[in-house]
Amino acid sequence: MRRDPLVFLMGEDVGRMDGLFKVSQGLMAEFGSHRVIDMPISEAAIAGAGVGSALVGARPIIEFQFLDFITIAMDQIVNHAAKLRYMTDGMVSVPLVIRAPVCSGIGLGAQHSQSLEAWFVHVPGMKVVMPSSPADAKGLLKSAIRDDNPVLFLEHRMLYSQTGVVAEEDTLIPLGLAEVKRLGKDITLVATGRTVPLALAAANSLSSEGIEIEIVDPRTLKPLDTPTIVRSVKKTNRVVIVSDGWRTCGFAAELMAVVMEECFFDLDAAVQRVCTRDVPMPVSPSLQKAVMVSEEAIVAACRSAMQRECT
Amino acid sequence: MTTATTSESADFPTTAAVSLSVDMRLAWYRQMSLVRAFERAVFNLNQEGLVPGTAHLYIGMEGIAVGACSAMEETDFLTSTHRGHGHCIARSLDVGRMMAEILGRADGYCGGKGGSMHITDISQGMLGADGIVGGGIPIAVGAAFGLRLKGSRACVLCFFGDGAGNQGSFHEAVNLAAIHRLPVVFICENNLWALSAPFDEMTAGKSLANRAAAYALPGERVDGNDVEAVFRAVSRSIARARSGLGPSLLECLTYRWEAHSVFTRQEIRPKEEIEEWKQKDPIASYRSRLIELKILGSERFEQIDSEVEAEVTRAVAFAKSSPAPSPEVAGRNVYTQTGL
Repeated sequence: MRRDPLVFLMGEDVGRMDGLFKVSQGLMAEFGSHRVIDMPISEAAIAGAGVGSALVGARPIIEFQFLDFITIAMDQIVNHAAKLRYMTDGMVSVPLVIRAPVCSGIGLGAQHSQSLEAWFVHVPGMKVVMPSSPADAKGLLKSAIRDDNPVLFLEHRMLYSQTGVVAEEDTLIPLGLAEVKRLGKDITLVATGRTVPLALAAANSLSSEGIEIEIVDPRTLKPLDTPTIVRSVKKTNRVVIVSDGWRTCGFAAELMAVVMEECFFDLDAAVQRVCTRDVPMPVSPSLQKAVMVSEEAIVAACRSAMQRECT
Repeated sequence: MTTATTSESADFPTTAAVSLSVDMRLAWYRQMSLVRAFERAVFNLNQEGLVPGTAHLYIGMEGIAVGACSAMEETDFLTSTHRGHGHCIARSLDVGRMMAEILGRADGYCGGKGGSMHITDISQGMLGADGIVGGGIPIAVGAAFGLRLKGSRACVLCFFGDGAGNQGSFHEAVNLAAIHRLPVVFICENNLWALSAPFDEMTAGKSLANRAAAYALPGERVDGNDVEAVFRAVSRSIARARSGLGPSLLECLTYRWEAHSVFTRQEIRPKEEIEEWKQKDPIASYRSRLIELKILGSERFEQIDSEVEAEVTRAVAFAKSSPAPSPEVAGRNVYTQTGL
């Protein structure tokens, strides 16, 4: 925002209270109420305001307080933001960043806990980003803001308390570039967002059993860095995919399809996926734990991948 | 037929503040005639099987687009609807490229990818027709936000139909524009029917203009078949918006003569009602009025009519001669590689 006066932020409670989760802390104080705009509870209008202002050359960032609330704005995002460039054969572009937290794991229940990334990965014209570390969040958000396409930027609520080294300078991480978060020879584990730290913990405990997991974090779900995933699978010959989305038709399912298309003859075992169970998120901690992706479930899937052989 | 529903609109005179020149009136007649002739040609091309998909004709409603767009400055913007050809022509888009787009040809405004419902010309401030009822309303408000951020004094005209008035996006967007006093003129083209749904049965309060009161905006019902009345009302609203007083809501009463779209075979509306509205033809009545007022003689109109016919004939020929887009471009322009 310091770099470009046309970048501005719109959302519910983003100004006066610095964002519900304090993500926009200090922004209104620094940039004023014309660039940090507290919006009425009108998600469709917020998204439309993003699309319209982008069309006339501004660079809006809009925030949905919970990713679940994006359902009210689907028309503006799916029918407009994602399609306007193609429908006009490149005459216009929509440089819009849509930020939203995925808030599973904190007991907020079925309407405040959904990880809906697969819906948007499905739509041509959208880019989808899901960082798993503070440094990635910074580098990817900067790239998202400077990108001329609509970008959905998904932050997991449970990662907000995560700490990590973040460069002071203007470091950009290009969209569409995966990172190998851990090297290993036995299994390629592809994980996104909140599940990356879980996968790292699972990998450390499996290491003591002599199983070395290679963790690939796509960071950008669309466009997907397929070559980095394929390279790893060709080395390890076993794949586990972890995602906070629901199991059926989730992002993990798409990754499985990519692996089958690209690496079928390299596989030594059936591809495993660890996802949120196909139920709306319950509130009770014991039930929530039972349906969400856990470190234990990742460990179990990895053991299973090691045991199963393709003959 | 003009009724102000809030006291704020009294700040702006309801009589014509601008004197209308012969040239302006001729231009209005010409543009309305061009819209009509263009739409007739679209109808015929569809009969020939040359329109892929569908097209929603603006015949009978010409007074609104022409009157409203002529009140705009060059730097202003507009959002349109699925029934958008009239707005495009009134904003001086090229009828040849428009027709090519409707036929899905390579020389169309969108290279054949958008078709009738997505004609856009950013260089003319035309932010796009829109296939989603009510979809353009929040976009118009967003454009006003962006223009304000850029320090521009431009206004945004937001066209939508009576059906869109019952979408949540209408209420969300009008409220947002009102609280930020954004320079938007909301123009409802109330043609009394949403496909098979009569306005009175679908719309509580039986008025869109009245809804302005809920947002403390000026709301006005205008005779949409009177190009001069529309021009005056929109001019007042634009002046208000540009002076920083915020948006207005105009409800222009009109009627579409043709079926919902060229694709629609069944006509639900009563024949007598259609005939009755054809007697209130915005073009023929304007011509009679100008002749009666001795502003122009009938020969001048005949000359304009033949010029317009020739222009549409050229547009049709251009569109027909334009090639189909090459299959190689089907995957192009989903994303841009550009960025800052």
